[in-house]
Amino acid sequence: MTDTLAKVDKIVNKYSADKSALIQILLDVQSEFSWLPEEAISQVSKRLNVPQRHLYHIGTFYKAFSLVPRGRHSVTVCLGTACHVRGAPTLLDRVKGMLKLNPGQTTKDMKFTLNTVNCLGCCALGPVLVVDGEYHGKPTAADLQQIFENCA
Amino acid sequence: MAALLGSASDLERVRKQILAEENRNKPVVTVCCGTGCQAYGSQKVIQAFVNEMERQGLAGKVLSRSTGCHGFCERGVVVILFPEEICYLGVTPDDVPEIVSKTLVGKEVIERLTYEDPGTGHRCAKEGEIPFYKHQSRLIFGNNRFINPKSIDDYIAWGGYSGLAKALTEMTPEQVLAEVKEANLRGRGGGGFPAGIKWETTRNAPGNTKYVIVNCDEGDPGAFMDRSLMEGNPHSVLEGLIIGAYAIGSHEGFIYVRQEYPLATENIFEAIAQAEAYGFLGKNILGSGFDFTVKVHRGAGAFVSGESSALMTAIEGRVGEPRPKYIRTAVSGIWGRPSNLNNVETWANVPLIINKGAEWFKSIGTEGSKGTKIFSLVGKVNNTGLVEVPMGATLRQVIFDIGAGILGGKKFKAVQTGGPSGGCIPEQFLDTPIDFDALSKLGSMMGSGGLIIMDEDTCMVDVARYFTSFLCEESCGQCIPCREGLRQMATILNRITEGRGQEGDIELLEELSEVMTDASLCALGQTAANPVLSTIKYFRNEYEAHVKEKRCPAKVCKALVKYYIEPEKCTACGLCLKNCPSGAVKGGKKIIHWISQEECTKCGVCFEVCPKRFTAVAKLSGEVIPLPPKEPMPVTAGKKGKA
Repeated sequence: MTDTLAKVDKIVNKYSADKSALIQILLDVQSEFSWLPEEAISQVSKRLNVPQRHLYHIGTFYKAFSLVPRGRHSVTVCLGTACHVRGAPTLLDRVKGMLKLNPGQTTKDMKFTLNTVNCLGCCALGPVLVVDGEYHGKPTAADLQQIFENCA
Repeated sequence: MAALLGSASDLERVRKQILAEENRNKPVVTVCCGTGCQAYGSQKVIQAFVNEMERQGLAGKVLSRSTGCHGFCERGVVVILFPEEICYLGVTPDDVPEIVSKTLVGKEVIERLTYEDPGTGHRCAKEGEIPFYKHQSRLIFGNNRFINPKSIDDYIAWGGYSGLAKALTEMTPEQVLAEVKEANLRGRGGGGFPAGIKWETTRNAPGNTKYVIVNCDEGDPGAFMDRSLMEGNPHSVLEGLIIGAYAIGSHEGFIYVRQEYPLATENIFEAIAQAEAYGFLGKNILGSGFDFTVKVHRGAGAFVSGESSALMTAIEGRVGEPRPKYIRTAVSGIWGRPSNLNNVETWANVPLIINKGAEWFKSIGTEGSKGTKIFSLVGKVNNTGLVEVPMGATLRQVIFDIGAGILGGKKFKAVQTGGPSGGCIPEQFLDTPIDFDALSKLGSMMGSGGLIIMDEDTCMVDVARYFTSFLCEESCGQCIPCREGLRQMATILNRITEGRGQEGDIELLEELSEVMTDASLCALGQTAANPVLSTIKYFRNEYEAHVKEKRCPAKVCKALVKYYIEPEKCTACGLCLKNCPSGAVKGGKKIIHWISQEECTKCGVCFEVCPKRFTAVAKLSGEVIPLPPKEPMPVTAGKKGKA
């Protein structure tokens, strides 16, 4: 708990506790913990003197934030238009089937979290799957098997 | 080593020093390190070059350089060898030893790595000969391939910041503003509003504190021009921004980068630090007395926050929702102060206009749309990537001359322009010159520059449904016409694509569109109906087939599609059964396979894996599927291997 608060304080101090940097602060918190823990939200609220509901407003408005813990491995399927016409829905169906997850969900063992995104800007690779920041273009069913097996 | 530059002549002196550096005149291998090529492994390729050149004794004689995006994203990793300009495509680390020994040392071209025309088979060794590049006018984007985006010295070597020096030391702010107004530079982010007029409004608005903003939110799915500019040549954007700030009288700027672009964020942070070290940012820039600083603000994943008033609200630290614009943001923007927002590509045009003049800029393009535009050519096209052409180039030239036509030799159906605010343009308009006004007349718009190519296998009703559900999710929800209008349109379109369309649905969509267009708070809602209206206009027959016949002509809508194994073609090879994830495929050794429609989840794997020489699996829509065999049917002798 104190560890969480210390990490949050470090982030807030980096932005000199400036209220207008609220979204930037929360992005760093999300990056640090891979979600927005309640204690972290509470601490940011206190330090910036901003009501918690503002933070929850931001946390629920933007896709980058998660109010629940996320899995160790982040799996994202791009559903941008270019990927869509190149078969992204089929790719998503396959990934959903393999991980037994719907977008937004995390496996019970906290291994994988599945998300979708509306365009990563690498449309030539489409359809695109990103696993832990690594981009995979046009993955076949066999590729997917390999990619998920490689995740510890 | 950077030291504060106190004048324009300081800059010229440093530029000459950089150009005189020994390394500047050596042969160099440039490797594209944009996001697309990085996904193809460009970091490994460049390391392979470093290692191999060392091994073959070329270290110090030939340089290697990571550059920004070259634009030919379909063929990554893209490598160009200078000074010969030999362009190799699809380069992997395994190719590198051969490139070093055969081309760098032996001066021989490796044919298999060069561009091959998909139609004629003709090969092009030089970058300038490749049709993808040959037909472009890469005024803004071209420098990406020469510059390491993490090196301000590279940018300076290519003439960088000379526009800024000219503006600050030879022109007054009013003269800079007049030049940009005269050039008629229209916003490249989607609105197409004349930048000079916006600058002037901001400049003349009451208040001493004014802001300038770079919009790098680029939320339109399928568009990645801004990503590549920001990643590949961040200084070109920064230079334009500082010039604009000078003209407007602003001393503080913001660069809003979307969270989904980590490399662009990294590179702009670095560019700002390097610009500060040279004194292009900070106090008394180049001894002119003009001060300017800039901050980066990261987005957090919301399409609507790319709308200018929403973006400004996000910069204030609040949720990025649009505001009603009774007063323009140029007059009352961030914290109620005059704020000038322009797109990345718009800002990148500014140094060129200052350096070469408005008359030069006006000589390119059409009557109403001057200069060039960068497009992302994506979808069902052969040469996918970023394309820069003068305004007025036709859709046909871009799609067929540069893009080399449709993937797999299929038939062109439509090009979607303008992102979720735009529309679909069918074949009969392919000779339309691309400019702001011509595209609007067709019921679409230029938008940020996404050109999504669709072919005979694209369902236009599904496209309308896709955009509508995207916007429905992204709507901020503040106003009823958009929030509820999109929800109702999505419900109707889902019904239609799921085979439950009703008589009157199309007319209802049209009626809803009218209300949304007239009464929504911001451009998201006001333009949300465009994808639906344009597909109804040009592809009404597809809507009617879905509603009246429960048939999807393109065989895309899952609920209207059935997979069927044609018994006379099946050889019981077993591939479909093995790969079927739901056990819907039945059959056995030498027994003709068949699909249980009740169990089939329409995943399409059987259709994909059935060998081409059999093509036993048919994808059908609107047809009655024969009943499954009452008893197992053996494969008849002599059919094995028959095409």
